[in-house]
Amino acid sequence: MRTPMTATYPIAARTEAGPVQARGEVVSNTPVGDYFHLTLAAPGIATRTRPGQFVALAVGGSPSAMLLRRAFSVYRADVDADTVGIVLAVHGKGTAWLAALRSGDRVDVVGPLGRPFELPERPTDCVLVAGGYGSAPMFGLAGRLRERGCAVHLVLGAATESRLFGVAEAERVADSVTVTTDDGTTGVRGLVTDPLPDLVGRTRARQVYACGPMAMLRAVSAVAEAYDARSQCAVEEAMACGVGVCMTCVLPVVGDDGVTRMVRSCVEGPVFAGDRVRWDAVGTIPEGTWGRGT
Amino acid sequence: MTDVDLTTNVAGVTLPNPVMTASGCAASGRELDQFFDVAELGAFVTKSIMLQPRSGRPTPRMAETPSGMLNSIGLQGPGIEAFLANDLPWLVARGARAVVSIAGSTVGEYVELARRVGACDGVAAVEVNISCPNVENRGLVFACDPAQAATVTAEVRREVPADVPVLAKLSPDVTDIVAVAESVMSAGATGLSMINTLLGMAIDPDTLRPVLGGVTGGLSGPGIRPVAVRCVWQVHAAMPEVPIIGVGGIRTGADALEFLLAGASAVQVGTVTFHDPSAPMRVVSELADELARRGYGKPAEVVGLAHQRSGDAS
Repeated sequence: MRTPMTATYPIAARTEAGPVQARGEVVSNTPVGDYFHLTLAAPGIATRTRPGQFVALAVGGSPSAMLLRRAFSVYRADVDADTVGIVLAVHGKGTAWLAALRSGDRVDVVGPLGRPFELPERPTDCVLVAGGYGSAPMFGLAGRLRERGCAVHLVLGAATESRLFGVAEAERVADSVTVTTDDGTTGVRGLVTDPLPDLVGRTRARQVYACGPMAMLRAVSAVAEAYDARSQCAVEEAMACGVGVCMTCVLPVVGDDGVTRMVRSCVEGPVFAGDRVRWDAVGTIPEGTWGRGT
Repeated sequence: MTDVDLTTNVAGVTLPNPVMTASGCAASGRELDQFFDVAELGAFVTKSIMLQPRSGRPTPRMAETPSGMLNSIGLQGPGIEAFLANDLPWLVARGARAVVSIAGSTVGEYVELARRVGACDGVAAVEVNISCPNVENRGLVFACDPAQAATVTAEVRREVPADVPVLAKLSPDVTDIVAVAESVMSAGATGLSMINTLLGMAIDPDTLRPVLGGVTGGLSGPGIRPVAVRCVWQVHAAMPEVPIIGVGGIRTGADALEFLLAGASAVQVGTVTFHDPSAPMRVVSELADELARRGYGKPAEVVGLAHQRSGDAS
């Protein structure tokens, strides 16, 4: 990897801890299975980033006909190199544009955004569950947890082998690794949540961390609850801005006062306590929601 | 290059520059204050505030369109009480000029909102979002009927102190926008914000169903800019003395200039803020550059200039 010599500069950074808007420069963009690992030199972002936070990328160059930012969980925040890495899958025109980026290309990037995973105060066994490229934030999280003396059990699952991300790296950062695929091309055949009850029960893990599709998060949250463990789930909700102004990425979450509110996953999340999200009601405004009326 | 003084008077209020946020595109102010000082804007337009807290519509709430987006947020918001307790005082304390957007589902709700907002210090103007269904009139949108639009405007005007401008925000989804503009101006509006979103929808070819949870939504972004410029042009041509705030797809200083040339005295930057959170202040500096490059010293010098026939003395 080369160090960019030319100006990548922060456009806006008004607070010590808040997000930075930077004109990022592509350091590398590497296909990995069905995904791309994109690394950006983006001054000031890595040092502020905590596991679970995300960056929002503008796509299509400037001026672009694609106005909405694409949000990605940070995979790697390299403070020394001042780079951030993300993992992306091609879903449409915007992600296809990102997949085609070459080193030296420019991307406007805002981050870090959202609330990170909370770390346990005392050492405990932790189970980390990821669906597909939902594994991206788990490697940084695993590192932080082990620094604190926690044992890390990582469960990676996907529909098929090419949709797993980071299996080899998982072996280096975790105390145990379980791999599942729906089609059995590698690891245990079945859903990523299948091995969970046994693993959480056996390790007596007090903390379960998860990132992946809503249905998976719902199942993980239920397992954690059944074993009296705390779950923290990073949601993958569609966002237009990532910074809290567009109000599109909402989901129903129960507050400390027991009242359900439609909250923005970009600023109140993307990490939520699993037992606070009304998983069954995502995509609706459930009865009793604050401000729903009659 | 000419020295440019961006100071602008719009509807009787003096602003340091003619650029504002657009309602519903800047949340409460704190979010964008992470990227620039909201007090440096000409004004900060709040999201439309309603009497009661409101959960909004189910997701999906947005769909990307060519150079734009559809949204069906459904005016999610905290309600007037929480707004006056938390959001407005923050904007005022920060030194921002707050334009408070209000929205109701009955005339009575607008009246109550106008009374409560009008009683607050530090409100630079009240913007009346009349693109809401009137539940007392078969759900017809106030902005789509000149008489209904006038009733709301007159009632709001009565509740707001005389030195606080009342801006009516017009919908482009009408046959004759000049008729609606004339109607709300006769009813006592100080000026006009134009335009609101256009009603649109998108259908997903994979699910074979509407994309938005609310089925239809508001279309915004650079894709609608020509519609907005046309509306401003028509209203300025009919009523050149009426203060107009141009809004619809502004991305750059050149886009802002286009609205001034059509007859707007100020502009609002909306959807593009989702693409670039620094956009409102970027447009301020780009507009200064655009004016300077053409030898103009003030925004007021170009307002409505495009209406002069070529060859006319400037």
